[in-house]
Amino acid sequence: MSTSLLQTHQLGKVFGRVIALQDITMELRAGEVLGLLGDNGAGKSTLIKCLSGVHRPSQGGIFIEGNEVVFTSPREALKMGIATVYQDLAMVPHLGISRNFVLGNEPTRGWGLLRRLDMARADRITRAGCGRLGIDLRTTRQPVGTLSGGERQSVAIARAIHFGARILILDEPTSALGVKESANVLRDVAEARDRGVGVIIITHNVYHAFEVADRYTILHRGRSYGNFMRDEISRNDVINMMSGRVTSTTEQG
Amino acid sequence: MVSRDERLRKIHPIRRLLSRPEVGALGGALVIWLSFALVAGDQGFLSLRGTATYLEVAAELGILASVVALLMIAGEFDLSVGSMIGASGMLLVVLSVHLGWNIWLAAVAVVIFAGLAGLFNGVLVVRTGLPSFIVTLATLFAFRGATIALTRLITGRTQLGGLQEASGFDSAQALFASELTLGGANWPVSILWWILITAVATWVLLKTRFGNWIFGTGGDAKSASSVGVPVRCVKVTLFIMTALAAALVGMIQAVTFSGADVLRGELREFYAIIVVVIGGTLLTGGYGSAIGAAIGALIFGMVRQGIVFAGVDADWFQVFLGVMLLIAVLVNHWIRRKALQE
Repeated sequence: MSTSLLQTHQLGKVFGRVIALQDITMELRAGEVLGLLGDNGAGKSTLIKCLSGVHRPSQGGIFIEGNEVVFTSPREALKMGIATVYQDLAMVPHLGISRNFVLGNEPTRGWGLLRRLDMARADRITRAGCGRLGIDLRTTRQPVGTLSGGERQSVAIARAIHFGARILILDEPTSALGVKESANVLRDVAEARDRGVGVIIITHNVYHAFEVADRYTILHRGRSYGNFMRDEISRNDVINMMSGRVTSTTEQG
Repeated sequence: MVSRDERLRKIHPIRRLLSRPEVGALGGALVIWLSFALVAGDQGFLSLRGTATYLEVAAELGILASVVALLMIAGEFDLSVGSMIGASGMLLVVLSVHLGWNIWLAAVAVVIFAGLAGLFNGVLVVRTGLPSFIVTLATLFAFRGATIALTRLITGRTQLGGLQEASGFDSAQALFASELTLGGANWPVSILWWILITAVATWVLLKTRFGNWIFGTGGDAKSASSVGVPVRCVKVTLFIMTALAAALVGMIQAVTFSGADVLRGELREFYAIIVVVIGGTLLTGGYGSAIGAAIGALIFGMVRQGIVFAGVDADWFQVFLGVMLLIAVLVNHWIRRKALQE
């Protein structure tokens, strides 16, 4: 069994007088998918922004492979292998696919003033990175804006994995997608998991969560209803907890 | 495996061509050249001398526009370039005429001054998070006002001449204001500067990491920074670049006229934005081209000089400019939608 990749311990976040998040303890292992569930305003976004370095938690700690980490910027989280793919701002629409793929990690050749982009290598990296997830690109140069929402998500996921993400956070990856597109993205999530990446998938679509997630953390009004393994909980339980219809919780460490 | 290819149609070569931002401007430039060739061809528009005059007008604006294009692709405006032209020219003349500095030393001082002014603009924009349109509108007026006030305070006038007496003027003239006589027409060296700066800007934009960061910064700053692009650093660097381009134009003008006027460069900030937009750059950033801006400047030059050749009252120039801007925005909007529809 794999060891703990990411843990939070009694994580909390306060904005002025608003307690956005309180006492969140959860765990993610390598090669696992964690479904982070909750209704709007439950604190899902605040939680992932703490994990990806956008917010600094007010209480508690984040641990990667057992060591406590403190992020002051998304770039630091990225360096530790935490990549976040946001639903609508995953990619730059007017930029070509391969230019998007290597953005921030561009391969170059030449030195000094002649140091320039190596587009041939960028194209190869993009094809290889996408191919690994089974995404077959016809062309790597067309603007990302011509791809569908699901294809954009898939390429963004492939990019995160290619550039060394060990922990992949997906914010509502399927909420704007049709049935077939959602299936494709969920297949990419499964592929990432099989490659040993720990995936946190934020969603309020219980069906999508049940399709891929190995464990669940359910948030309601800034608090956790607890952590559950797939076989410990039913769909209806989850739906009830998300909507706050359950009062007794079965907290686990 | 689930097939994705069924969704990717073959892109028609013409469609692919149309997805280049400068294509609309190129077509426009051809149409405008042909129109003036028909209307004013025998009044000198087609002669080499006529060509040199409109290229000179185009060059002076194009030096600025290519760099402004990069900043606009990164999603920001710099309106202060207009007053920066006046300030730089005046600083060069005050230092080398009034204070007797060697002109090259004065030029170095102007470059440092402009660099700091650009840094100030950039830091102000990224630190406050205010729209650069407002921030640089403020510095446009502040720089212009300070130039007028300080020049009058120091020299008692608002126009200064006598730069030809400054030490080092001859070599400065060679670099900034020499002319090549070819085919009976005088071709100013500013045309070379224009071509050089457009080429460098294009190379930076399309062939370097920094260029990719410019597109990322303007296209979606949040997603660019989430993959490690130093978005703020990109913006500040480009504000410095636009100020330096304005300083170059200011110095070219000062050396050409061997003097300076505090009001030089007025309206250049808007002309620059207009030709950048005509050149296919999106006002919202993330899309555009430095070559497009150069073509926009060429259109500007052809129209400005062309209506003179055609015998139309030059008062109509701004009407032409406004109408062209509107047409360009409409055409570019349409082309871009087609490009993204694939």
